[in-house]
Amino acid sequence: MSAEPLPDASRERLRRLAILAAIWLALLLAPYWMIPLGGYTALATRVLVLGLAAMSVNFLLGFTGVLSFGHAAYFGLGAYGAGLALKFVAPSTPLSLLLGMLLGGAAGAILGALIVRRRGVYFAMVTIAFGQVFYYIAFQWSSLTGGDDGLRGFARQPLDFGLFRIDILSDANAFYYFVVACFALAVAVMGFILRSPFGRTMIAIRENERRARFLGIPVERHIWIAFTLSCFFMGFAGALYALVNNFADPRGLHYSQSGDFVMMAVMGGMRSFWGPLLGAAVFVVLQDYVSSVTVNWMSFVGLLFVLVVLFFPRGLLGFVRPRGPA
Amino acid sequence: MPRFTFAKVDRRTILKGAGLAAAAQIASPFVIAARGESPVRIGMVDPITGVYAAPAGNEVIGAKFAVEQMNAKGGILGRQVELLIEDSANDVGIGVQKARKLIERDQVDFVIGDVNSGIAAAIAQVTSEKKVLHIVSGGHTDTITGKDCHWNVYRVCNTTRMEANSVADLLYNKYGKKWHFITPDYAFGHTLYDACVADLKKLGGSVTGNELTPLGTTDFSAYLIKARAANPEVLILLVQGSDMVNCLKQIVQFGLNKQMHVAGTQQELESLEGLPPEARIGIWMFEWYWKQPDVPHVAEFVAEVRKRNGGKVPTARHWFGYTSAMSFALVANREKTLDAVKLARALGDFELPPEVKLQPNKCYYRAGDHQLMTSAFVGEAVSTGKDDPEDLFRVDSVVAGDKTAPPVADTGCTLQWPA
Amino acid sequence: MTQLLLFNVTNGLIIGAFYVLMALGLSLILNLSNVINFAHGGFLVIGGYVAYTLTPYLGFWGALLLAPPLTAVIGIAVERVLIRPLYGRDPLYSLLLTFGLAFIIEDGTRFIWGAQGKPVTIPAFLAQPLSSEFFFITGYRLFMVIFVVAAVALLFVLLRYTRLGIRIRAGTLDLETVAALGVNVRMLRTLNFAVGIFLAGLSGVLAAGQLGLEPTMGTGLLMPSFIAIIVGGVGSLTGTLLGGLAIGVASGVTAVFFPAASEAVMYVLMAVVLLVRPRGLLGEEGMLT
Repeated sequence: MSAEPLPDASRERLRRLAILAAIWLALLLAPYWMIPLGGYTALATRVLVLGLAAMSVNFLLGFTGVLSFGHAAYFGLGAYGAGLALKFVAPSTPLSLLLGMLLGGAAGAILGALIVRRRGVYFAMVTIAFGQVFYYIAFQWSSLTGGDDGLRGFARQPLDFGLFRIDILSDANAFYYFVVACFALAVAVMGFILRSPFGRTMIAIRENERRARFLGIPVERHIWIAFTLSCFFMGFAGALYALVNNFADPRGLHYSQSGDFVMMAVMGGMRSFWGPLLGAAVFVVLQDYVSSVTVNWMSFVGLLFVLVVLFFPRGLLGFVRPRGPA
Repeated sequence: MPRFTFAKVDRRTILKGAGLAAAAQIASPFVIAARGESPVRIGMVDPITGVYAAPAGNEVIGAKFAVEQMNAKGGILGRQVELLIEDSANDVGIGVQKARKLIERDQVDFVIGDVNSGIAAAIAQVTSEKKVLHIVSGGHTDTITGKDCHWNVYRVCNTTRMEANSVADLLYNKYGKKWHFITPDYAFGHTLYDACVADLKKLGGSVTGNELTPLGTTDFSAYLIKARAANPEVLILLVQGSDMVNCLKQIVQFGLNKQMHVAGTQQELESLEGLPPEARIGIWMFEWYWKQPDVPHVAEFVAEVRKRNGGKVPTARHWFGYTSAMSFALVANREKTLDAVKLARALGDFELPPEVKLQPNKCYYRAGDHQLMTSAFVGEAVSTGKDDPEDLFRVDSVVAGDKTAPPVADTGCTLQWPA
Repeated sequence: MTQLLLFNVTNGLIIGAFYVLMALGLSLILNLSNVINFAHGGFLVIGGYVAYTLTPYLGFWGALLLAPPLTAVIGIAVERVLIRPLYGRDPLYSLLLTFGLAFIIEDGTRFIWGAQGKPVTIPAFLAQPLSSEFFFITGYRLFMVIFVVAAVALLFVLLRYTRLGIRIRAGTLDLETVAALGVNVRMLRTLNFAVGIFLAGLSGVLAAGQLGLEPTMGTGLLMPSFIAIIVGGVGSLTGTLLGGLAIGVASGVTAVFFPAASEAVMYVLMAVVLLVRPRGLLGEEGMLT
């Protein structure tokens, strides 16, 4: 082994910081580099929000090893929570975000307790079915949710800081940066949790559940907490989504939306923290571009699913792995 | 020496190369558009995939034909017209995103859309925020030209009040006074039901019951059992699309049509064609019908659309798309401007010329609520077409739009114009 | 009122019979191969469209006989190329793959046959109610129930008395040992999948007679199948049978009193079962956990 200019550990740290810096730079400058490439700011906002949702799903899937295929329900609940808050409680954007997040998280806590004993295929099926319960409630309870027409009549409110106002309603760029800020907050919390002892335990459970149990870890309780936390994040992402559209609709709760999120996580790389964001970017941009070009875009998206599963199961970032000791 | 350098550089390079290629692909339309005179752009958002794919697809064909025609005549203000079509996939988030894309990135001058009323309303919020003239081609919910009306939004298709008003008298006088309803459980269904019941009560009839069916119901047997038990004279089907097809099929299989009259409000050629001949029954209204032998220009329109529609006749949906696009051209060329506010004002009380309205009565956009006063074609479904396999509806009367529409004051629309 | 109730219970059983057919196919595939086939609704649609295409040449009966096996052949091709690589992997992957496959099938059928619904005619003598009293039991629905009963009976005979069936059942319990005993497990899985898709195709042909045939037909029928399996218990075919009938009856009866909840009641039933008896009515503990 020839001598390295820097010890491996510091090179690793430097590498990670560089990647982090690159990601944040790209996000902060998105409205500027996207336009010449044929993008538009609303697209970037959508990528961020859906990316956050995908990362929330991955919190459970990639880091705890638990497959929930009905997670969009909590996303949708977050959207409705935010919408209902803006419509009936108070015209305040931060409050709507809070209430949306709480609604998603609370539902997750309750349902999580019910299903936490199941695993594998059964757990996945049960999450799909429960997700659909919420879909039907949103669909049928039309007096509250607007049913198939969706929840309308609310809009994101400008942020009033007393001294100055940020008009996130009409200014697309301002709203984008607001979403970046929210995203940063959520991601920071997520990263913090993953790096904490709790996060380590989650990974241990993912790696070998039986062994974790032998070590005395209360596995069911941990899974329940992880599930609930991911639902809080989902609710937050959903609330942001409602603000993006000024609209909340039942389709955001449907299992096909869940499938999209899982695909984003897988496509980007389940084992990586930022993978789902990349997966979301690819998915959203691809869908946006292909659906403008051909009416058969669904076949292409379906083909993408098939190809990723068969040939790139580790996702895009699965290729780019930190170098370990030879 | 690190082991995997070569392999990693290879993959990274591939990914980078792919990224550049993708960027070039996305950027290239812009490179081309920069040259030459820029066309006038009409953006159209419709659910081309999903449950409304059939009507949406037909609206698109109609709009494309309109753009072809207007370009042959010199376009809008001497510039060629380009129609940009985006799929809303029956999802509000995507519909709103596409609307923003069309307005922000593609800089469209006009917007058409959506068949799904909920998405139409959401897009209307975007277009009024961005001050773009918007015609709703196929979304029926009353609030679009009612309490949620916007200065920049006009609508071509009927409101539920108009539809109910067009058939109520006929059904009451000729078919029966006791009505039983099968209503789809969403806003469109509810307002349609309310409109029908209001008319029925005014005439002196009675409601024997209302079955609220969830959207997407495949099996109507439970509801039909209840309907049968209530013993009405007329069974009113307010369900649409595939729900209508399923319901009618089952009604005929159960033999219910032998015990009561079957009728409804809106019916579409797409649904009738999806039914087996024995299930093509009932009294309905069409929003536009292709066989109008005494009305000028209709035959040419039908012939031209047939060439672009795989030999099939145009439906009301084709006409919606056609009229929406044509309206932009007509009003812009007359006013000699593309300014949204000026055109929105000019479109109020704008009357469609015979070659566009394609109906016997006067057809114009009402200034008070921006609703097109279009006629209702009332008649009965026919199981097999006599001269043409697609002539599945016998038109008995064509009622003018301003006779079926409630007065502006009743719609709840108050327009607020920008300063 | 009792007559109304009785009617609706009977009606519910008829609806349930249809769910059973769909759910059994799904259950078969799930039990042996641990694959959640999200594309099951898509195969139903394929079955319907294949029958529609064959009807002008072979008539209703010919199409009914030929369409399911043709659909099964398509299923075999799909299994060999797309699903086989996923055995032994996390069930996540088969979920995602079949999910994408469902997209492709929906778009493909729309591309080939168009978005507009296709008219499907059933033989006139079936399109009549049995009597004016029991008007909701048409010849066609009765025929459908009889067909489903026959198909289910045949399935159970297949599983009980044929070698293939015994191997499938053994494989559901312990695939490793079955392989060790020299059985060609690959072939077993393929044939099992084929039987499941055959049932889906058959459901499609029967459904087309009652519903409008269009590309999005399958999506609404997939969820009830899942619920039937969960309610009946994962791993038990008899459970799936009972589950399908249960949700059919529940749905039919609820439509009388509270129609808005007639779909949702299936989920409520599922939730109740999960709380009271998590393994389902006849599920075995530890079966796929």
